[in-house]
Amino acid sequence: MTTTTPVIAPAPPEERKLGRAERRAVAAKTKLSSPAASAIALLIAVLWTVPTLGLFVTSFRPELDIRRSGWWTALSDPQFTVDNYNEVLYGGGTNFATLFVNSLVITLPAVVIPITLALLAAYAFAWIDFPGRNILFVAVFALQVVPIQVTLIPLLSIYVDTGLAGSFWTIWLSHSIFALPLAVFLLHNFMKEIPASLVEAARMDGAGHVKIFFQVLLPLLTPAIAAFGVFQFLWVWNDLLVALTFAGGAPDVVPLTVRVAELAGTRGSDWYLLAAGAFVSIVLPLAVFLGLQRYFVRGLLAGSVKG
Amino acid sequence: MQWFLDASTTGHKFALMGFAILLFAAVMGALLFAVDRPRRVPNWVVAAGFLGPTLLLLLVGLVYPALATVRGSFYGRDGSEFVGLDNYATVFTEDNFQTVLLNTALWVVLVPLVTTGLGLVYAYLVDRTRFESLAKALVFLPMAISMVGASVIWKFVYEYRPDQPGVRQIGLLNQLLVLVGIEPQQFLLNAPSNTFYLIVVMIWIQAGFAMTVLSAAIKAIPDDVIEAARLDGVSGLQMFRYVTVPSIRPALVVVLTTVAIVTLKVFDVVRTMTGGQFGTSVVANEFYVQAFRQFNFGLGAALAVLLFVLVIPIVVYNVRQLRLAEEIR
Repeated sequence: MTTTTPVIAPAPPEERKLGRAERRAVAAKTKLSSPAASAIALLIAVLWTVPTLGLFVTSFRPELDIRRSGWWTALSDPQFTVDNYNEVLYGGGTNFATLFVNSLVITLPAVVIPITLALLAAYAFAWIDFPGRNILFVAVFALQVVPIQVTLIPLLSIYVDTGLAGSFWTIWLSHSIFALPLAVFLLHNFMKEIPASLVEAARMDGAGHVKIFFQVLLPLLTPAIAAFGVFQFLWVWNDLLVALTFAGGAPDVVPLTVRVAELAGTRGSDWYLLAAGAFVSIVLPLAVFLGLQRYFVRGLLAGSVKG
Repeated sequence: MQWFLDASTTGHKFALMGFAILLFAAVMGALLFAVDRPRRVPNWVVAAGFLGPTLLLLLVGLVYPALATVRGSFYGRDGSEFVGLDNYATVFTEDNFQTVLLNTALWVVLVPLVTTGLGLVYAYLVDRTRFESLAKALVFLPMAISMVGASVIWKFVYEYRPDQPGVRQIGLLNQLLVLVGIEPQQFLLNAPSNTFYLIVVMIWIQAGFAMTVLSAAIKAIPDDVIEAARLDGVSGLQMFRYVTVPSIRPALVVVLTTVAIVTLKVFDVVRTMTGGQFGTSVVANEFYVQAFRQFNFGLGAALAVLLFVLVIPIVVYNVRQLRLAEEIR
């Protein structure tokens, strides 16, 4: 996609007094001044917020209240408790505190490993000249098309044969593999944006590829790494399919998502547990997301629009 | 050996995690050291050091399994007996699979269209207003929530309590129905409308993505285009229809196709909300059920291959549109 290029059109003199932002603001004002337009925007905003708010309020209400009345009654008659969170985190039947640890232990290596591998691969594709480079790059790019479902049955039998089944290793490996095609492609795009003269200059000074990679490119790529890091963190933490397939039967390994989904099926009417459990699983990705939103948006736009 | 496989205490798990990362760092470090050490190494040796681990993982973890799955789709339940096209015949002819295919078609058509439409309208309406960043954050937030979490959130909105005196509704939607004098509904149990209620959840999750990409595209429309249109007396809806939408057409195509592909592969929503019961199953969910619950590997493989085949035309269309867009530029 095109990025915004400053347009140096000869504007009429009286137009010059208004800056670009101001003119756009005037346009926006006329846009939203129509009551119908504001009503639609407001309706969408409400529809996208209220469901989450409802479950959030519910997660702090006493169990009995949840069963007897809707969450909106808590707005006029506030009765709040953290009992639900205590029960869901440390109760024998749920023990989400342990699952939180599992999710964390799964996620960190599943973010670090594919990013490191993809950075090295992207460097080779961008800055090392070797025979067959283009064909290999297209092949890796094309692998993005493969739905992970296609790989699960044979992968599971490989894990069973090698004795890894039911351990953290299967999930670390699987997430790393599935992330690679997109990661290589994205990081390659970012790497290509770095001026070739920088790399050339380092080469003139006698630096080898390893030195160029670590000392010249890596520092410049921090925003790109952050962008893909957030992306991969959310993907792994929120994943259900991979965890269910490879760790569904291993209580020491299962992450939060698997147990929340299970609870929704087996104890679907115990809303005091479900509400608190859902928010325990949501809180960390939400914090990461809000904190690093800028990078996430950057990654999103690079991945989908630059294509 | 067992220490490296079974970790049951928190300390042990973190230790294992640290070990895995250190092991990875050590292997990569040794590899890079080896290719960098000798003077005057040919380029391809260095390239192999940088690329080797990635290519090896992709071969073992993606290419080989994909081929094995294609092969498995022509074999029976346990993969020992060749059955030709029987698995595919089952998918396309049996009654309950007809529902699955129909539902999948509904998902893949409705989710991208509605998501893109809503994202576009919302991005256009809040663009450069005073509340823009707050308004966008609100719609964007569901992207951080797992699909499992989103499903639980919406299951609660759809929650049903029997319509008896003394029983109050606790689900928001049924409460609204009661307020306007309609009987509460079992939204998730009654086919075929329940599929639409599940689709709503997916739209809710994906709209933030559509909005973000389209909003960036709208902001990239050059000022002079808008200015010229305004001088020609174009405003309001006409501006949207004749200036904004045509200008961001490539972004619209990308959003539509990306959401379509995600939707095709997603099974979290169906699995969490109904488990695929009550006539709500889709191909991705049926794959999981057949492969890992019924242990019918042949049929599961056929469903996975079906997903694969369905994704390809969307990707081809996407790539072709991008090429066209680049040629015009």
